Formats: sequence, C-alpha cells, structure tokens
Amino acid sequence: MPEPFRVILFIIFVMAFAGLNAAYLVWCERKGAGHIQRRIGPKEVGPYGLLQPIADGIKLMTKQLFLPKGVDPILFMVAPLMVMVPAIMSFCVIPFSEIFVAREINIGLLMIFAFASVNVLGLLLGSWGSANKYAVIAGARCVSQNVAYEIPMLITTITMVMVTNTMNLNEIVRLQDGWFWHWYVFRLDISLLMPVAFLIFFVCSLAETNRAPFDMAEAESELIAGTYTEYPGMGFGVFFMGEYANIVIGCALTTILFLGGWQSPIPLDFSGFLGVIWGLFWFLLKLYALIFTVIWIRWTYPRTQFYELLNLSWKVLIPFSLFNLILTALQIKIFPWL
Amino acid sequence: MNGLLQQDLNQETFTINLGPQHPATHGVLRVKLVMDGEYIVEAEPVLGYIHRMHEKMGENRTWAKFLPNCGRMDYLCALSYNHGYVAAIERAAGIEVPERAEYIRVITVELNRISSHLLWFGAFVLDLGGFTPLLYAFDDREQILDLLESVTGSRLTYCYFRFGGVYNDIDDSFITGTREFIKRLRERLPMYDALVTKNIILIKRLKDIGPISKDMARRYGATGPVARGSGINFDVRKHEPYSVYSEFDFDIPVYEEGDSMARYMVRMKEMEQSMRIIEQALDKLPEGDIQPKKAVKMVKPEKGDYYHAVEAARGSFGVRLVSNGTNTAYRLKLRSPTYSNLSLFGEATKGMLLPDALALMGSLDLVIPEIDR
Amino acid sequence: MLLARIKEALSSLYEDIQEIQEAPEAAEAAEEVETAAADAAPAEDAQPEESPAEQKESDSEEASEEAEEPPAPPGPRETDYKTKGYHLDAALPPEKVVAAAEILSQQGFFIEAITGVDWIDEQQLEVVYDFNHFDELCRVVIRSRLDRNEPEIPTISHIYQGANWHERETHDFFGIIFTGHPNLEPLLLPEDADFHPLLKDFKA
Repeated sequence: MPEPFRVILFIIFVMAFAGLNAAYLVWCERKGAGHIQRRIGPKEVGPYGLLQPIADGIKLMTKQLFLPKGVDPILFMVAPLMVMVPAIMSFCVIPFSEIFVAREINIGLLMIFAFASVNVLGLLLGSWGSANKYAVIAGARCVSQNVAYEIPMLITTITMVMVTNTMNLNEIVRLQDGWFWHWYVFRLDISLLMPVAFLIFFVCSLAETNRAPFDMAEAESELIAGTYTEYPGMGFGVFFMGEYANIVIGCALTTILFLGGWQSPIPLDFSGFLGVIWGLFWFLLKLYALIFTVIWIRWTYPRTQFYELLNLSWKVLIPFSLFNLILTALQIKIFPWL
Repeated sequence: MNGLLQQDLNQETFTINLGPQHPATHGVLRVKLVMDGEYIVEAEPVLGYIHRMHEKMGENRTWAKFLPNCGRMDYLCALSYNHGYVAAIERAAGIEVPERAEYIRVITVELNRISSHLLWFGAFVLDLGGFTPLLYAFDDREQILDLLESVTGSRLTYCYFRFGGVYNDIDDSFITGTREFIKRLRERLPMYDALVTKNIILIKRLKDIGPISKDMARRYGATGPVARGSGINFDVRKHEPYSVYSEFDFDIPVYEEGDSMARYMVRMKEMEQSMRIIEQALDKLPEGDIQPKKAVKMVKPEKGDYYHAVEAARGSFGVRLVSNGTNTAYRLKLRSPTYSNLSLFGEATKGMLLPDALALMGSLDLVIPEIDR
Repeated sequence: MLLARIKEALSSLYEDIQEIQEAPEAAEAAEEVETAAADAAPAEDAQPEESPAEQKESDSEEASEEAEEPPAPPGPRETDYKTKGYHLDAALPPEKVVAAAEILSQQGFFIEAITGVDWIDEQQLEVVYDFNHFDELCRVVIRSRLDRNEPEIPTISHIYQGANWHERETHDFFGIIFTGHPNLEPLLLPEDADFHPLLKDFKA
C-alpha cells in the first residue's frame, strides 16, 4: 500500500479509535464504578448497556451549543479542540503492534510530550474563556499541577531515553524483546530504581491527565465541575473525550516505556497477520489493565488536597526521579556492557 | 472574561457564591466567600432558602397537629425531633410514659441516629472526592430504613411518637431484624475503618484541618459531635438523662484535637455506642403498654414556659414552649443544633483554603431544612 | 454548686432594682395573660376530654404558684427542673442583659438560643436567652421585657458570637432591635423582608 494512503487510513482509524475508545471507556468506567460500588451500572440501553455511550453521545450532540453571557466566544469554542486534537495527534506515533503504527518516527517520544503539553493550555483557555470564577480557580490549579508533574515525568523519560538511546517508540519496544524480565520495569540491572521510576511515571501520568485522586480540574465537590462548569453539550463532550484520550496516551506510554509494549511475556512470535494480532492483543491487554487501574483508583480514593498534591511532586517525586536519573547514569557508566 | 474584568480591578480579592446550588452544601445553603486566590478571607453563610416558619405553624395548630412537622426539619434524624417535641409536651402537661414506650423510643431513635451518621459518613467522604463509601453507607442505611418502616410506617419523615407513648408496638421480626442489622454493621464498620479511616489521603485531608477550639464551641453554642470533637464532654443523653437513657451503659466518645478528623472519629465511634444502647434496650425491653392507660386526647399544658432538650444526631435539639393553657402553643421555639454549629463557620474558616473549608463544612454535618426550619 | 454560684452572681445585678420594683410588674403582666387566656378559652371548642381531676390538679398548682409569687423579691428564681426543664429564671431589665451575659460567660456557660415572645395583650415583647453549661447540668434563662412599640435591647453578640445569628433571627421574627449588633439584616427571611411573622398581629 502506498505510504500516503496508509497514513490517511491510519489517521481515520486513530480518530475512530480515539472517539469510540473514549465512549467505551466511559461505559467501562460506569460499569466498573457500578461494580465497585455494589451496583449494576448502565444496563438499559442495549445488552449490558453497551449502547449507552452512543445514546449519551447523541444526547450531547443534540444539545444547543449555548454561549453563556460574558464568555469569550473564540477561546470558549477553541479550548475543547485544544484538548482533543493534540491527544489524537499523539496516537499517530503509538505503536499498537510492530507494524500497526501510523508513522514510525525517530522522535516519537518527544512528539508525544510536545503535544501533551498543549492539553493544559486548552484547559486554561477554556476556564479563562468561560468567565466563571470556579473555572478560573480550576484553571489555575490545573496549570500549577501540570507544571509540577511534568518535571518528574520528563526526568523519568530522560532516564529512559538514556537507557534506550532512542526516542523511537518502536525501537524502545523492540529493545524489550524476549522474556518478560526484559521489560524495563524489571530491569534492575540497568537501574535499581526501575520499579520506582515506573510508579513515578504512572502517578505523573495520572496527575497530567487530571484523574482522581488528582482531579483538581474537575473537583466536583469543591469547584462544581471546575473547568467544564460552563460547557454545554458537545463542548463538554469533547473535553471529556480529550480527557479519556489523554488517559489512553498516558497508559500507552507507560506500557511502551516500562511494560514492553506489544511484546508477549514469553518469547513466542508469530509472523504475518497472526503476528499483528498477537502484538495487538498484548499491547491492548497491558494498556487496558493500566486503564482499569486508573478507574479503580478513582473509585477507591478520595481527592488529595491541592497543596499535598504539589508537595508530593516537589518534595517526593522530583527528588526521587533525579536520584533515579543519577543512579541510572552511574550504573550505565560503571556497567557499560549491560 | 469580561465578567471577571468588570469586577473591581483595584481589589486583590474576589467574591464567589458557594451555592445555593453547589454539590458540597448538601441542599440550598449559600456561602458568600471573599477569596484571596484560594484562601478564604471571609465566609458568610446565607440562610433561609427553605425557611418554612415551623414556629409560626406551631402557633396555628393544636399541639398534636404539629407532630408531623417535627419530622420535616431534620429529615435525617427525624425521630430525635419527634422525641424532643413529645418530651417537651409530656413535661409541660405532666404525661406519664409507659416504660415499654420509652424503650421503643430509645431503640428507634438510636437506629435513626445510626442511619443519620451513616449517611453523613458517605456524604462526607463524597465531599472529599471519594465516591464509593456513599453507596456502601446507603446499603447499610437501607436496612435501617426497612426496619423503621416496618414499625413506623414511613422511611424518612417519621411521625411515630405520640404524647405519652408511641404509635405502634414493635414485634419480634423487628427485634430479630435489629439484632441482625447490628451484627451486620459490626462487621461493616471495620471495613469502613480499613477502607476509609486509615486511608492516608483522608487522614491528610482531615488531620489538623479546621480546628475548632473549646472556647469557640462554647461561644457559638456548638453541641453534638462538633463540641465532642473539640474535647467537650457534652451529650444531652448523659448530661441531663431524659427518657430511659440513664439505664444504659454507654460511653460518650470525646476527642480533644478539635479538627475535622476528631469530628469524624466522634461520629464513627458514636455508631458503635448507639449499637450498644440498642442491644441493651432490646435485652431489657419490658412488656406492657405503649401508650398511657388513659388515652391522651386533648393536651393542654399549664400556663408557663417549658424547655426540653434531646440529643439529636447533630447536637442538642431543644424545644421551648410557651403555653397559655389552651390546646395551641402560644410560642414554640425550636432550637436546632446545626444552626449554632454552622454559625461558627465564618470564624473557623478565616484564612483557610477552599477545599479545607469544605472539609470543615462536611464535618459539621449540615442538614439545611433543620437550619432554616 | 454551680447553680448557687451563678444565682449569687446574678443576684448582684438586682441590687439597684429593688427600689424600682421591676418584678411586681412582671407578675401583674402574668396575671393579665391569665385573664387573656381565660377569655380565649371559651372561644375554643368545648373540651369534654379534659377530666375534672386534671383540672383540679392544675387549679391547685396554679393557686400555689400565685400564693408564692407576690412576696418573692426581685432576683433570679430557682425553678423546678423536673416540670420546667430549667433551673434558674432571671427576669432582667434590658440594660442588664449584657452584664448578665458577661457573668454567664465567665462561668463558662454556652448559649443555647435566643428567642422572643410576643405578649400582645400587655403590649410587650419578651426576649428569652437560654444558657446551659457543658460540665454541669444548669440551665439558666434570662428574660427581659421590652416595650412592644419600641423594642430595643443591647446585643450580646460581642460576648457570645453565637448570639449573632440568634439575634438576627429574633430580629427577623419579632422586629426586636439589638443595638450594637454588627449586622442586623434578615437571616432566615428574604433580604428585603419588612415584616415580622411571629408577631401576634401579623397577617400573612
């Protein structure tokens, strides 16, 4: 297949994936929350409530895109897109399996972080544009939170780049070939703190995506709906899809960097179409296991206090990730053959 | 954006309205907050959104006709309000209550207290952003509502007590059901303890947050778990034993810290104590009538004023009657505990962060219809 | 113990009142209420339910109260807790209420409630303060009668901050003006309310 077609096809796939995935993650979340809370969750629309997200989507789309008085119309309308579009763009470099990737580019990791940092701008503009004090408080929280958590996340990523010597996501996964102890999270020979690095990265991605217990942007019992307070219909829906797309990106990155991406835990490789399915299966399994953990955490823990959240980043995560960086550098320098 | 800029530009602070529709205020309470960033400079609760003037209603209907109103103030612990009102009338009119009726009152009120505390527990953790405990607490509370429904006939706004007794006798199925429920809750409370109370996030959000000193509680007249969380050993059930509370062996949990955690712990421990009371009351439950031998028909308290207080789930609920000797109240004052408890909110939240203030508000356990009456 | 202490402390407030003789006036007022009640009674439905025995009882008690009242000197009265629900009843002129609150505050009392009663027949409004103690069971009632047309009484919200809201509520319902109150605006009623619903002549 010629390259342009492949890319276009893939981008269509990615957009469909991002949209549907968000919709069905909402279903998963509601079902998961239901079962965690000893309820059934959605069950009326379709079997097991499977059509519920579609119904929700239709409901959101049929709502009037109402502009409340006093909002900045441009910022107000653009903000949801600024959350959604970068998230979709990031999907382009995520390797779902060895060949199941839109573009294999050698700065994939950098690109994802570049796009991910736009997310917070969208939230900030949205909250400023909606001219609501609760939203502005949420926006301010959001920015300080993202700044705080981007640092340990990037330090950990730098550590990983030091280890892998590449920013090509496919390459990073290929380096973790073989048995599951080749996955970076278990590579204590590279850095003794590798599991800690994994945890730091995962916690940071939770915070970056504004998920509980760090959901300062929404914080419904404090700030009503935070950034989203004034958003009607699909404006809110797009924010939501962006949030879920970001969760997927965060979990996919964690999977790729630490859990061996599409690699199966045992060295068992298939060729051709079966190989694609095999890789896809393992990648999605790991991805959704992480996403389930995210959902699980949300429905188990209360929200942290805002200054505790910042303290956690500045006083715990950043020192630990810096220490990890130095330790890894030393280990790589001392045992260069590993 | 314009709205924000149009505010006084020379001012470093801004005002936000927390409520009357806000998820954390549990009803139609509005708090006017003057904020400096996320710090509260000044907080002023604005009340009266569901003010119904129960006190005037009391002056316009006979003593007995006011009974259903009692369940519509504190709808979460309606039986305490029933109790406070009938006890005040019984004191004023000198009505003797059969012992069995008193025991039934204690059992049902304590069940109601547990259900109120359970709902508070769920809603409080919800205020802190934890969703799940609410539904677990509701699950337990539902058992109580079923039990109380079987004997009182309603699930929320009870009107069960009568002057001189109760409306309906309890049967064996209620007694076994209550014993089973106590067994069940005894197994559930350690789970709540492990899942919620020992959660590091919860502890960090409550420890040393929203301190209320003994003196502040006294100056504002705070009672109930709020006072007991500030190290004040004050519970009307022990302090001026009414009904048959003096016959039971139970403790008053008191915590010295005065922070939100202390108030949280007081309520959690109170549920255990209430279960102890219920168990003893069920063991000792005497046979006999549930209403006086000579039916109480037209109540006419003697001229004068009377006061009676009971310990509702949120503190001391007092009824002050002024009777002119007729079958209608001349003046009926209802002293609701959260009215006083909330009045200290402004002073207690000075300089506090917004989420901490909401944690404090949650720990006060507000029921707005009771404040507004 | 506490009761005796507080009674003694409150008695000091009556020293200069003995000449003015405030209390008999109150007694007179009470009598008026009785007559008013008696007037009101026939207007109601006949009350066949009330047994004659009860009536006798109440009559005799009333008689005994009346017998006790006239010689009582002004000062805080101890009441029968079992039947009344409070221990000490102190009727004070409005200007003495602040001093009484200070005394109670020093003794560690907390405020339960403030409320009013509209004695329309005497053209008087009564403000009732309920105090209670955390450590010892001792309920003290301070009451003060005001002129119904000019109901003014000094605030105690600087001593008991909790009184702030109770006074606002009383202002809402009775129109009693608490002089010196920092913010005497409607609390439970709408902010533009200019009526006082608990006054007996209030028509909705």
